[in-house]
Amino acid sequence: MAEYSVFSLLRNAFSAQPDWKPAWRKPDPKPEYDVVIVGGGGHGLSTAYYLAKEHGITNVAVVERGWLGQGNIGRNTTMIRSNYLLPQNQHFYEHSVKLWENLSHDLNYNVMFSQRGCLNLANSPSQLDDFARRGNAMRHVGIDAELMSVEQIKAFLPALDINFGGRFPVYGGLMQRRAGTARHDAVAWGYARGADRRGVDMLENCEVTGFLRDGDRIVGVRTTRGEIRAKKVAVAVAGHTGQLMKMAGINRLPIESHVLQAFVSEGLKPFMDTVVTFGAGHLYVTQSDKGGMVFGGDIDGYNTYAQRGNLPIVEDVMSELAAMFPGLARVRLLRSWGGIMDMSMDGSPIITTGPLPGMYLNTGWCYGGFKATPASGWCFAWTIARDEPHPYNAAFTLDRFHRGLVIDEKGQGSTPRLH
Amino acid sequence: MLITCPYCGPRDLAEFTYQGDANRARPDPASTDQAAWNVYTYDRVNTLGDHAEYWQHSGGCRAHLKMVRSTLTHAISSVEFVRPHPGHKPSSRRKPGAAP
Repeated sequence: MAEYSVFSLLRNAFSAQPDWKPAWRKPDPKPEYDVVIVGGGGHGLSTAYYLAKEHGITNVAVVERGWLGQGNIGRNTTMIRSNYLLPQNQHFYEHSVKLWENLSHDLNYNVMFSQRGCLNLANSPSQLDDFARRGNAMRHVGIDAELMSVEQIKAFLPALDINFGGRFPVYGGLMQRRAGTARHDAVAWGYARGADRRGVDMLENCEVTGFLRDGDRIVGVRTTRGEIRAKKVAVAVAGHTGQLMKMAGINRLPIESHVLQAFVSEGLKPFMDTVVTFGAGHLYVTQSDKGGMVFGGDIDGYNTYAQRGNLPIVEDVMSELAAMFPGLARVRLLRSWGGIMDMSMDGSPIITTGPLPGMYLNTGWCYGGFKATPASGWCFAWTIARDEPHPYNAAFTLDRFHRGLVIDEKGQGSTPRLH
Repeated sequence: MLITCPYCGPRDLAEFTYQGDANRARPDPASTDQAAWNVYTYDRVNTLGDHAEYWQHSGGCRAHLKMVRSTLTHAISSVEFVRPHPGHKPSSRRKPGAAP
C-alpha cells in the first residue's frame, strides 16, 4: 500500500499519529558511491529519483550545502508550461509537462499540479502575429495551443483591464490550457522521499570544498563532512555553477549569475484561475491556492550572487501588475525575495557529460528551471547512467556556443540580461 | 543601489544600463581567429566578489563607465570613464543627505 493514502491518514488519525516516518533518513556519508550528485535542489533530487527508478542505480548520494530545497526550488513562482518555439526546447519541455501530469501519482506525494492554463497577452498586432507563429509551431509537434480573441479573453478573465489603461490595448493572446502551477516545496520533498526510499543518501549540511582528481578524471568530492569518492560526479547547483567549476579548474563558462525577484501579495478571495503574462513588458502572475497573488518580472540585469534585488525592478513589476489589473492596485505586498539564476548565453539549458572525465553538468536554466524539474532530472539521470544524452537533451551541450549551434528562443544573442 | 557618476555625482540605479562583464578582452577587429572570438562572445568568469563591469549612464550624461562592484554586497569600490576624459575634474557634488 502507498505510504500516503486515505487509509494511512485514517489509521494515524485514530492512533495519535505515532507511525509517520521522516520523509528521508539523515545518514552519514559512506566513503564511496557510484554517483555523487552535488546540489540538493529540485534538479539534483529529481536526478537522484530517476537514477534509482529508471536506471536501477541506487548507490547514490545527494550532497547539499544547506538543507534540501533551500534554493530556487523554493523561490520560484511555480509556473509550468511548454509553449516554446524551437523544436529542441519544445520536445524537452513537453516531456516535462507530461511527467508533471503523472507526478503526484508517481511520487505518491501531492505536488498539487494544477493545469489552470497559461495565457500570454499580445499588446500589439505584430506580437499577436508572433504568437500565432509560435502557437502553430507548438501544434505542429503536438503541443496544445490556442489563439484567443479579445472577446474570449474578456469572458475568460473578467478582472483584466483589456485596454491596460488605454496605453497598451490587448489584441489577443496565446493560451496553453495544459500549462499550470504546482506546489514547489512538495516537488522537492516528494523527489527526496522517493529517492530515499530507493536507497539514495541525502547528505545535508555537507558543502563541497573541492574535487578529488586522478589526473584529468574527477573521482570524488572533498566536503565539510569528509572526502567522498565516486565513479561519477554530477553537478546541479544552478547559480553557483561557476564557483563549483572553478574548484575543478574551469574558470570560464557560458554562464552569468543574476538575481530574479519574486513577489507575493496578501491572500485574496478567488480572483483569477490561470497564469497570465503581460506582453508589452515582462510580468507573469497567478493566484496561489492560499489566495496570494504570486508574480515576477525581469531579472535585475547585472551580475550578482546576492539573493536580493533592487528597487527599479520592484517598481517596474508593480506598475505592470496595476496596469493589467487595476483592481489589485491597493492590494498589499506580503513578501518579496530573490534567487540566483544561472543565465546561459542563449537562454537554453545545458545537460551534458563532461566537461571533465567522470563529471556531468546540469546548468543554464535562466529563470525557467522549475517547470523543467522532472525532465531535467529524467534526462540528466539518463545521461549519467548511459554516458550519452537522451535525444531530448542531445542539443543542450556545453560546446554548442563554440560550434555555432546556439538555441536562442528570443534571438537576443549572448546578452544574458535580455533572455 | 546608488552609482556615483564621475560627471553627475550619485544617481539612482534606474538611470544606468548594464553593459556587461569587463573581464573580457575583445580580439583585434581584424582578427579572424574564430576561437578567440568565441571565447570573447560566450565565456565569462562570473566572479563571486569584486567584479569589473561596464555601465552606461543612459538616463543622464550617457558616459560609458567602468566600475568595480562586489557581486556579493553590491558595494561599488571604483567608478571611472571607460576612456579617460581630458580636462575632467572629479565631481564635487555632495551625496544626498551628507553635510553641505
